[in-house]
Amino acid sequence: MFWTSWFLAVLAIVLAWPVPILLSRAQWPARSPFTAMLLWQAIALAGGLSMIGAMLVYGLEPIGDNLLAGLKALAGMVFNNAPTTALGFWHIFALSAAALLTAHLVFTLLLTYYKIQRQRRRHRELLALLASPSADGPRTMVINVDSPVAYCLPGGARSVTVLSDGLMAALEPAELRAVLNHENAHLDQRHHLLLWAFAAWRQALPWLPTTQLAQEAVSSLIEMLADDVALKTESKATLIKAIAIVASGNSGSPAARMAFGEPELSDGEPGQPGATGGAGSARTTASRVSRLLSPQPPLAEPLRVAVLAACLLLLAVPTALLIVPGLLG
Amino acid sequence: MASLGELERAVMDLLWAGHEAATANTLRDLLAQSTRPENGTAGHEGKDLAVTTVLTVLSRLERKGLVERERGTRPHRYQAVSSREDHTAELMHEVLGSAPDREAVLARFIGSVTDTEAETLRKLLGLS
Repeated sequence: MFWTSWFLAVLAIVLAWPVPILLSRAQWPARSPFTAMLLWQAIALAGGLSMIGAMLVYGLEPIGDNLLAGLKALAGMVFNNAPTTALGFWHIFALSAAALLTAHLVFTLLLTYYKIQRQRRRHRELLALLASPSADGPRTMVINVDSPVAYCLPGGARSVTVLSDGLMAALEPAELRAVLNHENAHLDQRHHLLLWAFAAWRQALPWLPTTQLAQEAVSSLIEMLADDVALKTESKATLIKAIAIVASGNSGSPAARMAFGEPELSDGEPGQPGATGGAGSARTTASRVSRLLSPQPPLAEPLRVAVLAACLLLLAVPTALLIVPGLLG
Repeated sequence: MASLGELERAVMDLLWAGHEAATANTLRDLLAQSTRPENGTAGHEGKDLAVTTVLTVLSRLERKGLVERERGTRPHRYQAVSSREDHTAELMHEVLGSAPDREAVLARFIGSVTDTEAETLRKLLGLS
């Protein structure tokens, strides 16, 4: 019990700080975004599990030989209002912290879900009044906005991809298909669920390096995954051109779209400072484009298998440490 | 009979176009006028449209915070809370803005880019 809690605590610290920093600096995730995505999920889940598990195991040490026996003994104390003299101050502190952290994580997850749903509902209500259905596909709407904008609003059967008039005017049909396929990939692969979980994780523990790095990495990886889907039907050049046109339209320069139509103007307009967004999304666009321009081969098979095995171990080891002694004993 | 969603849209279009408050009766008449030509000879849809239906649609829109009613007069007169342009701007603010949970609400094709990056992309496009 004693060594289990220390091991889990060390694992929690390693997963909260050095591992995410190393992974966020690594180059290989751009080569195999799906594998990298699994690894981030494993790190987040294993991190949370070992953090809570370490405190539970430490707190229950005096009253049980393993986690299950300890939990049973604790439940007995709680329901019978029995004296807790077997537990020291720090044991009770650890148990309370574990309970609070669990409640905090679950509560934040639900609260974030509720907030996201409310914003999406409002957005959908306004779209129903402002946008019109597009001929380019089902679940696609066009909104009367001059700058080139494309986004998707997830919502089960009511998911919708929204394009602006400006986008339709600026893009060739093939580029438009690339954009639509990219957005539909987000919807088909349920990327919003990942974004929700990692947004909640960050909201719950904003001071933990791993939550911020994980959220940034995941937002960037889903863009790469969606790009890969778009590349199945459209050429690389088409996708790059679509990205470039939309990006320039969003950089704030009113002349940007003109400049794209006539490349000889490209050195004239310096453009206004981008009004929105932070360094995170800018880095995402940069890494997306450089990935398309100088493609790297996907991670070699043995390495991918090694990463997947690491994911499994990350999840299996803390779970086994917590549960197996109780099942055997 | 048009669906409530379509009617909501039609009513908002009328209120946005009219710029001034209108009663449910006025709106019903305007809706009947606008649907009649599309239905050819019969034009029964306009007749079928009851004032109560318009009132239902208006109360739904009120609940969504899109219309407000002047309570001083009888019958109540309704008007749009904001213009169509303001609502579009509200949507775009949500899409382009940097609210912390925006990324979880909706996924943009392209996040915002820096000027240098836009410049690089522009040059790149000139080459490709």
